Amino acid sequence: MLSTETILFFSFGYIGLLFAIAYIGDRHAKIGLSLVSNPYIYALSLAVYCTAWTFYGSVGLAATSGLGFLPTYIGPTLVATLGWLVLRKIIRISKVHRITSIADFIASRYGKSTTLGSVVTIIAVLGIIPYISLQLKAISTSYQVVTGYPLINVPRHFTQIPFYYDTAFYIALILAVFTILFGTRSLVATERHEGLVAAIAFESMVKLIAFLAVGIFVTYGIYNGFADIFDQARAMPELRRLFTIEIQTGTYASWCIHIFLSMMAFMCLPRQFQVTVVENVNEDHLKKAVWLFPLYLLAINFFVLPIAFGGVLHFGAGSFDADTFVLTLPMARHKESLTLLVFIGGISAATGMVIVATIALSTMICNDLAMPVLLRIPSLQLAERDDLAGILLGIRRGSIVLVLMFGYAYFHFIGEYYSLVSIGLVSFAAVAQFSPAILGGIFWKSATKSGAISGLIAGFIVWIYTLVLPSLVQAGFIGPDFVNQGPFNIGWLNPFALFGLQDFDHVAHAVFWSLLCNTLIYIGVSLYSRPSAIEHTQATLFVDVYHYAGETEGSSFWRGTASVGDLRSLVVRFLGQERTEEELATYSNKYATGWEDDRQADAGLVNYVEKLLAGTIGSASARVVVSKTVKEEPLSIDEVMNILDETRQVIAYSRELEKATAKLRAANERLKELDRLKDEFISTVTHELRTPLTSVRSIAEILNANPNVDHWQHQKFTTIIVKESERLTRLINQVLDFQKIETGRMDWQISEVDFKGVIQDALSSTSQLVSEKQIQIDQNIPVYVPTVAGDRDRLIQVMVNLISNAVKFCDDKDAHIAIGLSVVSDQLLVSVKDNGIGVSKKDREIIFQEFRQIKHNLKGRPPGSGLGLSITKRIVNFHGGRIWVESAQGKGSVFFFTLPLRKPDEIRQDSRLAEWETEQANGSA
Amino acid sequence: MTLDSVISRRLFGIFLLGFILFDYPILSIFNVETFLFGIPLLYLYMLIVWLLLILLIVFVTRVTRYRDALPSSPSLEFKMFRH
Repeated sequence: MLSTETILFFSFGYIGLLFAIAYIGDRHAKIGLSLVSNPYIYALSLAVYCTAWTFYGSVGLAATSGLGFLPTYIGPTLVATLGWLVLRKIIRISKVHRITSIADFIASRYGKSTTLGSVVTIIAVLGIIPYISLQLKAISTSYQVVTGYPLINVPRHFTQIPFYYDTAFYIALILAVFTILFGTRSLVATERHEGLVAAIAFESMVKLIAFLAVGIFVTYGIYNGFADIFDQARAMPELRRLFTIEIQTGTYASWCIHIFLSMMAFMCLPRQFQVTVVENVNEDHLKKAVWLFPLYLLAINFFVLPIAFGGVLHFGAGSFDADTFVLTLPMARHKESLTLLVFIGGISAATGMVIVATIALSTMICNDLAMPVLLRIPSLQLAERDDLAGILLGIRRGSIVLVLMFGYAYFHFIGEYYSLVSIGLVSFAAVAQFSPAILGGIFWKSATKSGAISGLIAGFIVWIYTLVLPSLVQAGFIGPDFVNQGPFNIGWLNPFALFGLQDFDHVAHAVFWSLLCNTLIYIGVSLYSRPSAIEHTQATLFVDVYHYAGETEGSSFWRGTASVGDLRSLVVRFLGQERTEEELATYSNKYATGWEDDRQADAGLVNYVEKLLAGTIGSASARVVVSKTVKEEPLSIDEVMNILDETRQVIAYSRELEKATAKLRAANERLKELDRLKDEFISTVTHELRTPLTSVRSIAEILNANPNVDHWQHQKFTTIIVKESERLTRLINQVLDFQKIETGRMDWQISEVDFKGVIQDALSSTSQLVSEKQIQIDQNIPVYVPTVAGDRDRLIQVMVNLISNAVKFCDDKDAHIAIGLSVVSDQLLVSVKDNGIGVSKKDREIIFQEFRQIKHNLKGRPPGSGLGLSITKRIVNFHGGRIWVESAQGKGSVFFFTLPLRKPDEIRQDSRLAEWETEQANGSA
Repeated sequence: MTLDSVISRRLFGIFLLGFILFDYPILSIFNVETFLFGIPLLYLYMLIVWLLLILLIVFVTRVTRYRDALPSSPSLEFKMFRH
């Protein structure tokens, strides 16, 4: 037997348990051990989305329209996929700006406008009242039903009974007390409520478990599984038509609009904003929540159809209010404890919503409606009073009671005529009006305050006209002609078929027109109005929040004077002594130290104080309060533009400029250097050309003057002539080669090359040079060497250059040259070692540059054009290799170069690139 | 490109997929009075799409790594080869 006492005992016991959880949560938060700082609790707290509407209403709707209840949950599932894009941005913005409610968010985005904040608050309060009345209705109905146990009777017609006999009235009162104790217990009005979140997460668990329990009981206890229920339902014509969506004109469009509506509502509902954004501990929790929350929705919707069909099959069509099936089915089977569990689950669902929604609304009423008004009444001297924290709490508590009483009134006069879901949808349509202002606000910088206000008001008016006024008709306040013929018999003004649009259901119709007006006017007015300076600032800070993260303290908009003392006492009045010290210490640690010694506060501090207060009284009010303390010097629009746009642009631009200047300077230096080197080169080359020329000429003159030199002498002279002309040719060839490579006109003959052969050829062509100086050559070459791709003649040239270079620098006595060849990973490594004077560290790069020769202290400039190594380097680079020298001064040097083991066609592709690069280099030089 | 923006893009793809699967005209294909395992086809379809979306979200949020935010490797190798 389930007596009224038992029910009341368990109900209050459950509420006591919630308090205990909230208390523990707050205690842990205070000592820094957050209970709610994990993604699972976060996801469960998001499930405050599922209210009595879900718990009782879904089944009610499913019993009459089949799958019509689903769009409400598909929407949030889709939003979850957008969570990382949209929700994370909103969370980040709110954290940076210490935003505490959706009204605050919108007001702050559009220039911390108090007007906009109030408009949003009024819409939110009026919009949410039906939603709260829905919860009252659900609790009161379920209470009536469950106290009748084991008899099942569904009470109706609350309008006739006076409110003091109405259970719902007392439920509203209890909930008000409950919410006040929950949300506004502490004297310090902070932004986050960890205990509350813990309790809400617990409630989400309870309602899910209760609902699943009924679902399993109905599906497997009363019937034999899903197939059995659907099989029996098939036989009933009323149920059979629910297996599919009934097709009429506009059905699919309505379906789509409902999904869209629930998406927007999920983002814009004040209570969702509270749990998703304000109570979020860590952005990363979103990563898990984006799939945990849809999973929760799936689970709680899983048994809706079986319960609905089971209920209709059990009680017969139309016999009971289908909204109560969840409760009446276990009652009909006399399952006492299950009935109790369901009742508690229903309370969970309803109270969770009411608590969070009224706390969110009371914050909005206090910060965005009451405070701005009170602060503007000069006789109150509000900003100068010391007991502000108390006043704030008083306003919040008052508004909680007010909101719940409004909720009750709506239920008493209007709500009774509607099912749970249709009441809820009215609220959804109201809060969806915020979506253009929010989404536009975070992605579109040009959106203005005027645009947002006009759009919101337009949408709101259409909402009232198409959804609220018709409900007054139902309640008997307005004559029925209003919805039948339209006002004053004007057909196209019919609130259910504006301009003759009849294809949608009432909610879809209202959503379509209101959001269309809202969005078009929002965009249109935004495009044709000019943002004020502060709107411009806030737009940039909101849209580019990731870009400016952490910079906002410094990039101040204030340009005024305030004394540090004044600011401090201002904060103390709102936050209390203890918390003020804490927060200001944080400021010292994070941004600047030593500000306490200054008499005048700097812009950073003013900004910080404003944000601090924003966390308590909302951004718009905070601005009003701070502006009274700070003697702000008027800032013209142009100046703000300068501060915001130009500074950044100029900085970026000047950086570019600096870079370009540095590049130019470097290029100039290089040009000068090249010029100098060219001069040097010409003198070197002329000198080098003149030496062999002189000797050829003088010997030729000798031969000419003495035709009768003996044979041996003749032989000796002609050999010198031949050698000197060879040297001349070689020199000229080098200059030509260099020129060709430089301009990219070298004709490369790529083929597979056996590098052992290259070395042998190079040795034989330098053999004379080597034997002249009596140099010993060691070779360290493996038996098998893979082939490389390259130009054989040029590679021989490389080896010849290196060998003759080595010969040139070899020690005169006991000369040694060692040639090494090895394969290192996919490269051929060649080394040529001499035991000459070596190359000093600073010269190791220089020697590969064109026209460079290292002067030796004793021997002076070495013979040669200074082009040999430069050409060598270019040839090696062309083949994709690298050349370098290792040396110890006085102990000889080793020249290394690498050649990648490639196929001929790879190198051809590459060489085009090399040519292109050379052209680029020449072009830029 | 940051890791977060990669995740955002991939999730946005799932959003588009979900929006298409849950709406006309795909929906109308399944809006017929047919039963599969004794369960109405439309109902089953909704559940499966829903579950699919959840699995895809899990996959994207768990599998996306910092590596995905980098440009793909061939161009890198090419650069290394050249020098």
